[in-house]
Order: sequence, then structure tokens, then C-alpha cells
Amino acid sequence: MSKDGSAAYFTTRVDAVVNWARKHSLMPMPFGTSCCGIEMMATLCSDYDIARFGAEAIRFSPRQADLMIVAGIVNAKMAPVLKTVYDQMSEPKWVVSMGACASSGGIFNVYSVTQGIDTVIPVDVYVPGCPPTPESLIHAVIRLQEQIQKGETLSLRRERLARAGQLKAVT
Amino acid sequence: MDINTPVATIYGDLHEKQIERWKTQVSGLRERFGEKIEEVLFPREYPTDTPIVFVRADAICEVLEFLKNTPEFEYGYLSDLTATDEQEAPRFHVVYNLLARKTMTRIRLKVRVAEGESVPTAIGVWPAANWAEREVWDMFGVRFDGHPDLRRILMDVRWEGHPLRKDYPLRGYQFFPTPEPIDPSLLG
Repeated sequence: MSKDGSAAYFTTRVDAVVNWARKHSLMPMPFGTSCCGIEMMATLCSDYDIARFGAEAIRFSPRQADLMIVAGIVNAKMAPVLKTVYDQMSEPKWVVSMGACASSGGIFNVYSVTQGIDTVIPVDVYVPGCPPTPESLIHAVIRLQEQIQKGETLSLRRERLARAGQLKAVT
Repeated sequence: MDINTPVATIYGDLHEKQIERWKTQVSGLRERFGEKIEEVLFPREYPTDTPIVFVRADAICEVLEFLKNTPEFEYGYLSDLTATDEQEAPRFHVVYNLLARKTMTRIRLKVRVAEGESVPTAIGVWPAANWAEREVWDMFGVRFDGHPDLRRILMDVRWEGHPLRKDYPLRGYQFFPTPEPIDPSLLG
């Protein structure tokens, strides 16, 4: 406190500040493979403007990104590529699975398509829809920000439960 | 399906003129190749939009060459080369769809292949058959004799089986943890 009564500093926990900084400076890496990618582009543009949530700095290099938006179908042949790109991202990293195809395979229940990208990489937020509207993606980003602020995302929770033997490992 | 039902084509309904042209062409083919033409299925007698000419496997290249270069035929465009799994002996039909651009007439050649048998490659007549034959090999496991580069074209090189065969399970997933290994011969 200063002499006149105004707050010059305040105390908090370091992880709360770090998480607050992280959640407002997400750098998405677009992994758009089909029509969901178009909705993702709309979300990035001025009509919906994901910059309001601090996630407008798109990085096409996984090494500079911390959020991967998997928008669209991931074929069996693409799955190892997705895994490689995910492994190249630096920690901490988060994944949004956008749309029915990325979340569950969608209508493509055939030999050549992964049945959900969570069989390949851990996922933090699933967005339903075929394709999801830009509002849904913004909602997903807000949900991800909540998770980041709490410090435990869905994938971390799953990992912890799997380690404790309460959940079958999904990845 | 009733065989008298007219089959719509992308150029409208069948024209008498077209039917006449096909009849003369097929009789010309029979005259030229005789026993090598096994069977001909005609529109209006069989539910199809173009005549289907079944050719013996060893004669397919000369028939293709003949259809491509003879003035009355001039099928100058290989619009598709694919296959079907018929689930009866002989198991596969390799299908050649040809188009004559001058008259906009199509014709379909088929070769019956049993499992394990192979067809002579059509690359000598149609260079475009290269990738199409690779796809047929990838999806059905039909081999083409004399093909210079018969590798899988769509599926992973480590894939087991041929996914468009009728006995391949629809949900026969095969996932690989690492990316497809690069063929060193392609790097030059």
C-alpha cells in the first residue's frame, strides 16, 4: 500500500499469474484438414475475431505454437504426421479437437480413418458440430482458458487418473 | 432392374444413332479379333449405358491399341481404368472406360481375372494407365505384368491386404505410429 492508500502491488500465487498470462496469449497452430478448417478461418477473421481472446497469433510452425486446433478429418495415413507435429510443439501445449470427424471419426467409420484424434494425441476440448460454428470454436477457446487458469486440463486429468489406475489410458 | 428401363447417360438418353454406331463397331471388333472377344453386353438388352466388351486377358493390349488407332473407332481418351470384385469365379473384372472425343461415344472393356492371375499392362498403349494400374493393385491386389513401378499408391506401404476387396473388413483399421518410410530409390 502507498501512503495515500492506493495499491502499488498485490500478492498472489506465481502459478496463478503464469496461468493467467498463458491463457491470454494462446498461439494456435492450425491443423485444418477439411471443411472445419474453413470455419476456423472464419473464426480467425474480423467477423468473429478470436483476437478478443488473445489467440490470434497463428503459428504455422509447431515449435512456436502452444495450441493445436485439429479441424477436420485425420486419415490413418495422416495420423503419424499429426503425432509428429504434436511432439514438435513445446510444453505447455493444448489440443482442441474441432468437429465430429476429429473427435470421433464422424460419418467415416471405415478402414482408412482414425476414430477420433484422441487415439493418437491427448485432447483438452472437444467441439461438436459438422462443422462447428465459429461461436462453438470461441466457446471452446473460453473453456480451454478456464481449464488453463485452473491449472488442470482435461488431458492432464486423464493422465493423472490413468496413472492412479482409475481410468484406462486412452493414448 | 428391368432391362427395358432406359438408362440415362451424361449426354442424355441413348440415341438410335449411337446404338447403330456401337453395333457396327462391335461387329468390326468381333470380325477382327474373333475368339478373343468373349462376350458383349449391349444397352437395352442389359442394364448398361455403354456396351460392355469382355476381352481375353492376353488380347487386351491389342484391342486397346486397335480401338485407339483405327479411324472408325478413334477412342483417343482413357477416361478410367479400375476394377471390381465380383465375388464369383473368376473373381475380378478389370475395367477400361474409353471415350471417343470426336463423336463423344464411350465404350467399356472388361477383362476377367481370377485371384492370383495377372493382366498385361496397358502402359504401352496408354501411358496414363500407370497410376491407375497402381491403384488397382493397391485396392484389389490385381497384378499387371510388365508394369515398371507396381507399388502401392494410396495406402501405407506397410498396409496388409487390399481394402476394396469384398472380404476386407469395412473397419479393418491399421494404424502405424511412425510416418511412412521413404523409399530410398525415390530420392535419386
